[in-house]
Amino acid sequence: MPARSMLLAGVEEHDLTTVEGYRAVGGYEALPKARAMTSDDLIAELQAANLRGRGGAGFPMGRKASLIDRKSGRPTYLVVNADESEPGAFKDREVVAKAPQRLIEGCLISAHAIESRHVFIYIRGEYLTEYEILQAAVDEARAAGLFDPVEITVHRGAGAYICGEETALLDSLEGRRGQPRPRPPFPPVQGLYGEPTQINNVCTIASVPEIIAMGAAEWAKIGAESSPGTAIFSISGNVVQPGNYELELGTPMRELIYDWAGGIPDGRELKGVIPGGSSVPILTPDQIDVSLDYDSIGALGSFFGSASLIVVDDRCCMVQLALRAAKFYMHESCGKCTPCREGTRWQVQLLEKIEAGEATHADLDLLSSVGSRILGKSLCALGDFAVYPVQSYMRNYPDEFRAHVDQGGCPFHGQSSIEGIVAPSDLHVHAAVEAHA
Amino acid sequence: MTTRDFDAQVREIASQYPDSRSAVLPALRIAQERHDGWLPPEAFVEVADALELTPAYCQAVASFYDMYHLAPTGKHSVEVCTNLSCALAKAQDVVEAFESELGVKVGETTEDGEITFRAVECLNACGYAPVVAVDHRYRHPVHPEDVPAIVEELRAGS
Repeated sequence: MPARSMLLAGVEEHDLTTVEGYRAVGGYEALPKARAMTSDDLIAELQAANLRGRGGAGFPMGRKASLIDRKSGRPTYLVVNADESEPGAFKDREVVAKAPQRLIEGCLISAHAIESRHVFIYIRGEYLTEYEILQAAVDEARAAGLFDPVEITVHRGAGAYICGEETALLDSLEGRRGQPRPRPPFPPVQGLYGEPTQINNVCTIASVPEIIAMGAAEWAKIGAESSPGTAIFSISGNVVQPGNYELELGTPMRELIYDWAGGIPDGRELKGVIPGGSSVPILTPDQIDVSLDYDSIGALGSFFGSASLIVVDDRCCMVQLALRAAKFYMHESCGKCTPCREGTRWQVQLLEKIEAGEATHADLDLLSSVGSRILGKSLCALGDFAVYPVQSYMRNYPDEFRAHVDQGGCPFHGQSSIEGIVAPSDLHVHAAVEAHA
Repeated sequence: MTTRDFDAQVREIASQYPDSRSAVLPALRIAQERHDGWLPPEAFVEVADALELTPAYCQAVASFYDMYHLAPTGKHSVEVCTNLSCALAKAQDVVEAFESELGVKVGETTEDGEITFRAVECLNACGYAPVVAVDHRYRHPVHPEDVPAIVEELRAGS
């Protein structure tokens, strides 16, 4: 399939950080068209497009807008999730840095749909350069008179993966520790400051201007039937040309890995593909003849997630990979729910024991059992995200896990591609051990 | 910046939100800049006073987020991402090159108080791995042979 640029259309030829540059590619022409529509008609148009949320869950954006109570007289809010933190994802960063005016037009159109006067863009704290670009773009668009009657506030996070979870994001935006809320009530009913709130990912909102410009019926013909449009696929790990590739949904995964990203380097063999960011179950080489869309990847027992592929070749020890992923989720667990807070630590301890060659087969069973006690038992999906990598590596590479036990050590004998990799959580754990000693 | 200027700046930020509590994160960030890159106890009092909260509340919020520092840090920061994609791109070699060049381990500050060296979780620039944030600006890819020049640049600039 050829590349198709919509979210990043024009970024090579024009400076889409400026209003003028964006206007040169037809920017801000959809906004008056949308504002001439009633909010009911605009929501109907967005529903007809079947734009599925690009943050990971794939919930239709127009349907989300339809759930907002616009009749109560209470304020409504649009919150854009730019807290991109999923390991493997770097698509939102590129949209914010290269096409922020498209994102801003998407905000203004989406705000009109839910009759909101205030949009918040929550951008992760580490994206400093991207924040500066976005803030300058917002200030310029406001000065150009495009906002009235809407205001857009850019809000910086401060380093917490969990704040990409929508209810934790709301708590963080309200000036609290970023911890998830119980649901129901869902944000469209009771969200930011307790008011009806729509929350969408950067790429979802940045898709909106083109839907209005070309009309939902035409837009919905692009991509896969059940998942229209394009996605920016972030591909990293063991490929020759890692990077972002904007392609139609429905592109074969094999084509992305071998044609666009140049295949596996150094003549090595493909071992696995994590298709949607580090939190989703890994796929094996025999599964890559799959269409890159929500339903097809879902049918394989994994998730489309944030369209972020991490490619792993045969030089990597899967116990080490599981351990590094498990340390990340342990570090990022917010501590609110016991199964996630404690279970993520158990996973790390057991995987350390397995990698050190000190585990028994009973420990492998225990690791499986810990996973099943975390899955689905916490307020948000972080606990599940901690379990999917570990359980899926165990399921797909069982011989490698067993070999660590049977040989009393890592079968890679110090030659794994990620041998010895440190994690930020190592410091906390070791500091705690020393404090007890 | 005087405390009065700090108050005024924080209140101006707070006015952009329906609830002034939302200004806690930006206020803590500004307070940290005023106090040489970390948050001593008096910083929590300042933020609390500006937003009519308690110092304990402000500290509780700050302790949740990785980018607020509750202990003194170096003048400069070097942060190497060691998450999956950077790990696959040999980030550990970059970590060890910095350790050797700086003479400190991960999580430590050089003896002269100039540079704090950390390993961090995913910076989300995975396609350009290995990724290093130097004074919060991304550099990528950074290989072990690039490390001496980065350290020299930081030492020359301070």
